[in-house]
Amino acid sequence: MAAYSLTVNGNAVSLNVDDPNTPLLYLLQENLQLNGPKFGCGLGQCGCCTVLLDGQPIRSCITAISDSAGHAVTTIEGLGTTDNPHPIQQSFINQQAMHCGYCLSGPMLYGKAFIDQNPGATSDQILAALGQTPLLCRCHSHSRMLQALVNYAQGTI
Amino acid sequence: MTPDAYAALKKAGSSRRDFLRGAGVMIIGFSMAGKATKLAAQSPINPTGLVDATLVDSWLAIGADESITAYSGKCEFGQGFETVQYQLIAEELSAPMSNIKLIFCDTGFTPDQGVTSGSQSHLAEFGPGGLRQALDTARDALLQLASQQLDAPVGQLVVQNGVVYLQSDSTQWVTYGQLVQGTRFNLTLNPNAVPKNPSQYTILGTSVPRVDIPAKATGQFQYVQNVRVRGMLHGKVVRSPIWGAHVVSVDQSSVAGMPGNPQVVVNNDFVGVVADTEWHAIMAAAALNVTWSNADPLPSFSGLYDYMQQQASSDSYTVNSGDTAQMLQQAVQVVSAQYLHPYQMHGAIASSCAVADVQGGTGANATAKIWSATQGVYPLRDSVAVVLGIPNGNVRVTFVEGSGCYGCNGNDNVSFDAALLSQAVGAPVRVQYSRKDENTAGENYGPAHVNKLMAGVDKSGQIIVWTSEAWTLSKGGRPSATAPGNIITGALVGFPAPVPTPSAATAPKTFANNSNTACNYVTGVVGTNAPGGTGTIASQQVLVHSIPSPYFTGPLRSPERLQNTFANESFMDEIAAAVKADPVQFRLKHLKDQRLIAVLNAATMAANWDTRPSPKPGNASTGVVTGRGVSCVLYEGNNGYCALVAQVSVDQDAGTITVTSLTASQDSGPPSNPDGLKNQMEGGALQGMSRALFEEVKWNDRAGIITSTDWTSYPVFQWGMPIPQLKTVLLGPLNAPKLGAGECTITLVGSAIANAVFDATGVRMRRIPFTSANFLAAKGS
Repeated sequence: MAAYSLTVNGNAVSLNVDDPNTPLLYLLQENLQLNGPKFGCGLGQCGCCTVLLDGQPIRSCITAISDSAGHAVTTIEGLGTTDNPHPIQQSFINQQAMHCGYCLSGPMLYGKAFIDQNPGATSDQILAALGQTPLLCRCHSHSRMLQALVNYAQGTI
Repeated sequence: MTPDAYAALKKAGSSRRDFLRGAGVMIIGFSMAGKATKLAAQSPINPTGLVDATLVDSWLAIGADESITAYSGKCEFGQGFETVQYQLIAEELSAPMSNIKLIFCDTGFTPDQGVTSGSQSHLAEFGPGGLRQALDTARDALLQLASQQLDAPVGQLVVQNGVVYLQSDSTQWVTYGQLVQGTRFNLTLNPNAVPKNPSQYTILGTSVPRVDIPAKATGQFQYVQNVRVRGMLHGKVVRSPIWGAHVVSVDQSSVAGMPGNPQVVVNNDFVGVVADTEWHAIMAAAALNVTWSNADPLPSFSGLYDYMQQQASSDSYTVNSGDTAQMLQQAVQVVSAQYLHPYQMHGAIASSCAVADVQGGTGANATAKIWSATQGVYPLRDSVAVVLGIPNGNVRVTFVEGSGCYGCNGNDNVSFDAALLSQAVGAPVRVQYSRKDENTAGENYGPAHVNKLMAGVDKSGQIIVWTSEAWTLSKGGRPSATAPGNIITGALVGFPAPVPTPSAATAPKTFANNSNTACNYVTGVVGTNAPGGTGTIASQQVLVHSIPSPYFTGPLRSPERLQNTFANESFMDEIAAAVKADPVQFRLKHLKDQRLIAVLNAATMAANWDTRPSPKPGNASTGVVTGRGVSCVLYEGNNGYCALVAQVSVDQDAGTITVTSLTASQDSGPPSNPDGLKNQMEGGALQGMSRALFEEVKWNDRAGIITSTDWTSYPVFQWGMPIPQLKTVLLGPLNAPKLGAGECTITLVGSAIANAVFDATGVRMRRIPFTSANFLAAKGS
């Protein structure tokens, strides 16, 4: 059993884990009781488990705790709350940009990371950025989600 | 489920009566109160017994604090129907949405409304015996009470925000909460209660933002995957790698000493492990050494469609005018074609998950609680009760939303798994499938189809005869108390899995076009009945063969209707091309239903339809070309009018099809929430595109294994691919009844794309999916 220290949504946490290969996702879900990152495939093929690691999107279902220790993890609940949503979350709300919402961590966090580094990014640029790694929405709400990201990028939420 | 509804349910504990007290609600009429004591002795979990849906009090409770608690049996799957129900309650009661709390789909607490599926939710809640009738009955009773209190006839009262005023003197008022204090409705639903006139709507018909979205956008929402119960363990199933293999032996020592204290559960061919954490359960499941028997060989993947036509089948006619052979002889031109549709997955983005807490083992004193994203809490309860050997009154199934499911996917199966594992280890168990579990042995596929069509045309270019012969497959389906083997896990523990029994077709008695086996263009005349169809072709024969499926099947968004409409609407296009007619004009020439004609005209107008025959003149036979195609349907033969225009760009050398726009028009009656309906239409259009272009379950028949195990081997539309421009046009007469909405557009996409590809290239795509290999094969043939 080893203790791993990391920051999750701004809070310092220490996790006791017997297997250093344990994927970060399960610890976020079980030990920290977070609902934002979700299991979709366990293979890095869908994006439901996406979190930001030091600001960069990663797949927490295939990222071991031993590789996460010492870093800052942000999940979608770390961005804002229902009372005070982050602008990118407000943009999704304004566009009603989801059906079930289970996949949201993927497009929201990949979109945020890209747009924050590329302010004013266009629809085509955002779409291309989201296509860099496998990312899915099975309700097929792509059109509204892309519009929500474009509005966030253009500051027109 | 919204967090506040979940909090309310948590408060509910094991008794709805306690819940109502705990929530500060005056008990104005909890149903069956007189019988509660007796039932409590029989049923440890559900002392209030069944929920009598004929009683207003089963649907509605109004608190002294003005809170309005409503109960319904139709749930939320990301399609917005939770919000529509809030709108309906607020509208019919003239009450503020902020006072309302809706609890849905919890056995023993909410009315049994069967399953949430088949585009039936609007029909159920706005129809006879549904939520609206309960609300209208209650509203009439409240106005009667107010009439006495304010000493004025009902006709002189107005209601605003849950407060009843004297029309002539707004200082005279009484609130709903004041009216019902200490009283019960004690009323049965009144079928004559008059709903609010739609012309007076202020909430229904407006685009109220969805109540669930803020919590989802901020990661606060609790999906079934996030249910956490004290003392909960984690389970994983271990399925046979080969369909139909049996357990020979399980080597329990293969997991001995592994972390997390793994426990192995074996019940006939059901195998699972339970451990303290999900990761430990995953490791133990991977390590468990199970020896499986051989299994009967599967039908070959490449020979599936021939196999289907060679099996003994259960046959039925949708319609048979008896004169089709003779009319085909009279035709000046006969057109025929065969269409092929593969098995497809629901492919929910979340692998299925459930939590179960079975206490006391089995028998009359045992109990079970199950948290599930099932489409039907009551059917699941009654079916799992049989499997567990526990009286159904001792089983409580609580719906908790999962990801979009698009039909009967793995949510019932995984609920069985969690319940069996919990029963075996005597602790609450959460099971979430791996992606491979989900794809290969967790979900019920949408069935493959073969449709053979033939039509004859007279010298004026009018179709005079239409025949269709279709083959489909079936095994298992929805949970059922009489057939627990409908569910994969039920079959694994030994219940038989129902399949069609061969039988000859008999003459149809009515025109039942629920599966859209008959096309839009026939009259649908059966015997001396009035025409049930939307078209003009009188000579018609539609025959369906159903055969046993090697894999479990179940309803997948637009079940059978999508497969049949792909064939029917592609074929209509082929006939139009054969007589050199514009595809829209040719359809209009054979339609008589004005609402179907209206959506067809609206979609084609919005898409700037180019009126001319297909294929498009002047397109080269190499390089990139463009084209347009159309499709339309009356969904389920009576449940939603829709038309769709697809525009495509085809790289004929690479064989790549790109859909550039999808324009849909829909008439589902007056839209309850126009933006919500548009959102559904958009999602249905894109999901239909994914199913048409990419999706096909594959297997290796020599090894006997499904090879579509993940998102690489079962490709779907993904981020980064070009998103077609989506346009939606809503029709729907204000006073028309509500019709289905969620499955209309998806039904049309395959045929609209195939017709557009033909327009662009002259190549007819008769086999889904439209991969580049299938395009190049069709082009070469």
